[in-house]
Amino acid sequence: MTVESTAARKPRRSSGTKRAAGAESARKTAVATAQPHDAEPQLVQLLTPEGERVESADSAQFAPYVADITTEDLRGLYRDMVLTRRFDGEATALQRQGELGLWASLLGQEAAQIGSGRALRDDDYVFPTYREHGVAWCRGVDPTNLLGMFRGVNHGGWDPNTNNFHLYTIVIGSQTLHATGYAMGVAKDGADSAVIAYFGDGASSQGDVAEAFTFSAVYNSPVVFFCQNNQWAISEPTERQMRVPLYQRAQGFGFPGVRVDGNDVLACLAVTRWALERARNGEGPTLVEAFTYRMGAHTTSDDPTKYRRDEETAAWEAKDPILRLKAHLLATGGADEAFFAQLEEESETLGKRVREVVRSMPDPDTMAIFENVYADGHALVDEERAQFAAYLASFEGGE
Amino acid sequence: MAVQKLTIAKALNDSLRKALETDPKVLIMGEDVGKLGGVFRITDGLQKDFGEERVIDTPLAESGIVGTAIGLALRGYRPVVEIQFDGFVFPAYDQIVTQLAKMHARSLGKIKMPVVIRIPYAGGIGAVEHHSESPETLFAHVPGLKVVSPSNASDAYWMLQQAILSDDPVIFFEPKRRYWDKGEVDVDAIPDALHAARVARAGTDLTLAAYGPMVKVCLEAAAAAAEEGKSVEVVDLRSMSPIDFDGLQASVERTRRLVIVHEAPVFLGVGSEIAARITERCFYHLEAPVLRVGGFHAPYPPARLEDEYLPGLDRVLDAVDRSLAY
Repeated sequence: MTVESTAARKPRRSSGTKRAAGAESARKTAVATAQPHDAEPQLVQLLTPEGERVESADSAQFAPYVADITTEDLRGLYRDMVLTRRFDGEATALQRQGELGLWASLLGQEAAQIGSGRALRDDDYVFPTYREHGVAWCRGVDPTNLLGMFRGVNHGGWDPNTNNFHLYTIVIGSQTLHATGYAMGVAKDGADSAVIAYFGDGASSQGDVAEAFTFSAVYNSPVVFFCQNNQWAISEPTERQMRVPLYQRAQGFGFPGVRVDGNDVLACLAVTRWALERARNGEGPTLVEAFTYRMGAHTTSDDPTKYRRDEETAAWEAKDPILRLKAHLLATGGADEAFFAQLEEESETLGKRVREVVRSMPDPDTMAIFENVYADGHALVDEERAQFAAYLASFEGGE
Repeated sequence: MAVQKLTIAKALNDSLRKALETDPKVLIMGEDVGKLGGVFRITDGLQKDFGEERVIDTPLAESGIVGTAIGLALRGYRPVVEIQFDGFVFPAYDQIVTQLAKMHARSLGKIKMPVVIRIPYAGGIGAVEHHSESPETLFAHVPGLKVVSPSNASDAYWMLQQAILSDDPVIFFEPKRRYWDKGEVDVDAIPDALHAARVARAGTDLTLAAYGPMVKVCLEAAAAAAEEGKSVEVVDLRSMSPIDFDGLQASVERTRRLVIVHEAPVFLGVGSEIAARITERCFYHLEAPVLRVGGFHAPYPPARLEDEYLPGLDRVLDAVDRSLAY
């Protein structure tokens, strides 16, 4: 029996003595102080898997952060999740058809990504892994731009500064340091923007992530570390990465950590808004652990049947982020059948567009190999470019 | 007063000061670079004058230093990072090779990485392990990085200015055993281009090519050879990526012989690449194979052995003699 699996089965904790103080001061210390290792991990949840709106002791302090969310907003979050899932499924299919070399699906993590992504302001800056398709959606990055690197036509097809959405980082955890440095710069500029760094449970074992925690803590940088703990680092379960609930690591670095139900879009929105507010107020970094599940394979090259049980996947299917918001919208009369039908139509249109764009995506020009190696040029690159161009030209008009 | 006589250390310090004064986006980051002024005092007094926000003592974590420097560059800053010693750069090697070097290409040119990484390198100071290494090949081999090393005070001052102005990441290797060598620095001069080789001593019979700490050894070797009636040209390469092959070719076409000298192991070193390319370019001019003098394929030895390990006057002259004997 591990700490993590216990957490998965018993996500909700009844009112703890810790909350008895109830006062404003306790609100802060409650999250700043991690429980002893044998205590049950907290879990911030505002929507149950059945779609019921709840406020537990763990989640009460975060509820005000979504008090302004209207029914229309909820429909918007639902739409984001549905379209993201549709895009993601389309990409998986395109890989199966040979149009993409690889795809890293976000299936199951829509709430964590849309909830956190919709908490951001335009001037905030995002440092994603290679799976943040939902966050990219929230930032206004055209989803078809995400596919270039998986088709092999580029290593990242968007301008990071257009949407304040950095390029996908493939080496695990590296981007947490970039986010921290960027946040150090934000603080130097005196701006009240915040930075969010995405990473996963596997990345939490990387030295760079620990160094990012250290740097952001000592410089009190305005950065939110948003960890999607999707339970699996390819084939390795969280037991292979950690012996304490992940969010509790923050305490050792001197900043708060919170575990949120990563399949609850409302809770993810609330907790991220809270963490961003701390960053803007000069209160430094926060670790958010979004407790979620990678419903699909690590990538299209992976085979999860070799290392995880169907029962586990089935249990998480019951906590599906989209179904729970749909249940909530239906139960509260927040959306009618016409809304769902229209969204289905919109999904179809998106899927069609994605297919068309990918299939007509041109291969880059051969000489692009030599482009942008250096900003100020480099004699060797110039020489090799000229030699290779001459070599290619030697075939033109040949016998 | 435009011309001053400065140590390399002071020239670097003045250069950093000038950069901090000129551009508010320039930052200095590293371990002990603040109050202490770095273990070699290269940043001496800079934090006092420019404050902790611009001259930043960092946690003791090299990957973190370079990784956050990348983030600061993304935000529009121009970080100048100090790695305390050559052998300590490897925790940051991933960030340098995987991220810093490739960010410009990955972004199709939209991101620039004006980051300078200063590394005191090479041996000759009687230090413990990891304090005397010459890892320049490991960086010169990486597309996206530029790699330079000054051999004198004037180059120390100017090349650091130019490296900081560059929009590409520059690995700036400082010859630590030459830090206290003095030379003239003209702060009003128009400097040579950052990546141009320079003839440090003209000669007609053979070219010695070197950079950083070995330039002085080669100049001494050329002086000793002159006493024996041999006219040896010394080319200070200054840049290991890119290498000024045109400049070197011009010298070798005159002298018809080339010996390359560096402290780094000879095997797959900068000298190997030069030997291959100069042989291609100057095949019909060469009177002898291109020879290399450098470190052995062995870890840098304990200090009591470094005088034997390092290329000195005699080993350089031996190679000169072997080349001339062809």
